[in-house]
Amino acid sequence: MAARTLIHVPPNPKRGEVVEIRATLGHPMETGYRPDAEGRLLPRDIVTAFSCSFEGQPVFSAMLHPAIAANPYLAFHWRAERSGTLLLRWEGDRGFVHEERVTVKVA
Amino acid sequence: MTDRSRRLLLGTPLLAFAALPTAHAQSTELDAAIRAWAAGAVPKDGRVILEIAPLVENGNAVPITVRADSPMTVAEHVREIAVFNEKNPQRDVARFMLTPASGRAQVATRIRLATSQQLVALARFSDGSIGQHRVDVLVTLAACIEG
Amino acid sequence: MRPTLRAAALLLAGGTALAQSAGSDGRRSGFDDMSPALQALQRDDTQNPGQLWVREGEALWSQAPASGRACVACHASATLTGMAARFPRWDDKRQRPLTLAARIDQCRVQHQQAAPQGPDGAQVLALSAYLGARSRGEALRPDGTPALAPWAARGEALWTQRLGQLNLACTHCHDQRAGGKLGGATIPQGHATGYPAYRLEWQELGSLQRRLRNCITGVRADPWPPGADEWLALETYLARRAAGLRIETPAVRP
Repeated sequence: MAARTLIHVPPNPKRGEVVEIRATLGHPMETGYRPDAEGRLLPRDIVTAFSCSFEGQPVFSAMLHPAIAANPYLAFHWRAERSGTLLLRWEGDRGFVHEERVTVKVA
Repeated sequence: MTDRSRRLLLGTPLLAFAALPTAHAQSTELDAAIRAWAAGAVPKDGRVILEIAPLVENGNAVPITVRADSPMTVAEHVREIAVFNEKNPQRDVARFMLTPASGRAQVATRIRLATSQQLVALARFSDGSIGQHRVDVLVTLAACIEG
Repeated sequence: MRPTLRAAALLLAGGTALAQSAGSDGRRSGFDDMSPALQALQRDDTQNPGQLWVREGEALWSQAPASGRACVACHASATLTGMAARFPRWDDKRQRPLTLAARIDQCRVQHQQAAPQGPDGAQVLALSAYLGARSRGEALRPDGTPALAPWAARGEALWTQRLGQLNLACTHCHDQRAGGKLGGATIPQGHATGYPAYRLEWQELGSLQRRLRNCITGVRADPWPPGADEWLALETYLARRAAGLRIETPAVRP
């Protein structure tokens, strides 16, 4: 099943305006410390990295650990200088990769 | 193990089953983790604020915001914000890498807290200096243990 | 103060939208008992994790299934608002109450050749979240069909019956001690206004039946099997008990 995301980028920011981008990814963030019904530890399965770039240029990135809550939520800022496409990318255990693209029109 | 015990196990907040070292060892570990991250610079209180509710109902998803004072220009900006904890199984919570394109040194997320403990947020500035903010948080877990 | 059914009965009889806040009769949503941080989390659709399921449900609603018809093919969008407020409703064919989740399940089986999932099945949960959210802000107006009355009465009997090793009835906490503390947490009145809800304890969205099952194991009783009449009776009673309170799906709860 494709990963679900909830992404909020304010529409039509003005040139030079600093906006807040909010991104939630549906992911259990299994810590690796939780036992199953038989008492065996469930293996770790978390998102370990997030990055946001604009037209190929890095804006913000993060390294995440099991202490980040399930369905990881990140809110960060971006100075909108011109129109273009934001690329949001998540990577994690077991080869997990997910990308979302958001096209922004800057006034 | 009975069915009910299994359900109790599953319902117990996530991190409670890790074997936790002594409080003193954890504080030392916390300082060591911060020192390693600081890589020679000495963190000084201030210039960064960690916002978190002082009393948390449920440690599974605790909203936090970290903000640092910076114009976020090429000449003067925050390079990295790091958050460490005292009593989870691991000291690291997250590290956030910012750029001048970020525009503002402010990050929010939701974290897990195993128990009442201290959290530390640090900001590494482009001139190499580091600001920090330590906050003590009380965590009252959900009262009913169920499956 | 014990939240009264009298106000609920009046509202049911009246059948029209509330002019006044339901808080005037002492009833309050569990939302009011949460910390400001969690309230903010629920209120903000760009942060509320339940929205992941709402969006998924919205997509599923219009999606043509492998077999049969898409939901939208039969159900015009205009009738969705307020629809979730009328459940549980009386199912004349099966002669029992029908929850929204069960109705969705039935539709998928009948018109999309899908396997039945129960209220916490992936697609049923997402669709329940979507339809619940479409009625957000609407006052609960459960079906007043007389055939539902014995079910509501049985639900009320279960609500006031001592259960489990802790020998507690729901009413002991959620009516008599609501507003008090249980291990540092404020005891809510337990109105089911926000289901399916994102419960932090589950780290995901879940149905009212799931939450009720947690309560039953919480008092150390053996829960009734999934889909049992007892859950249905309780849900029917709870809908009437909360009549007039506003839907807040997807709620966030500790």
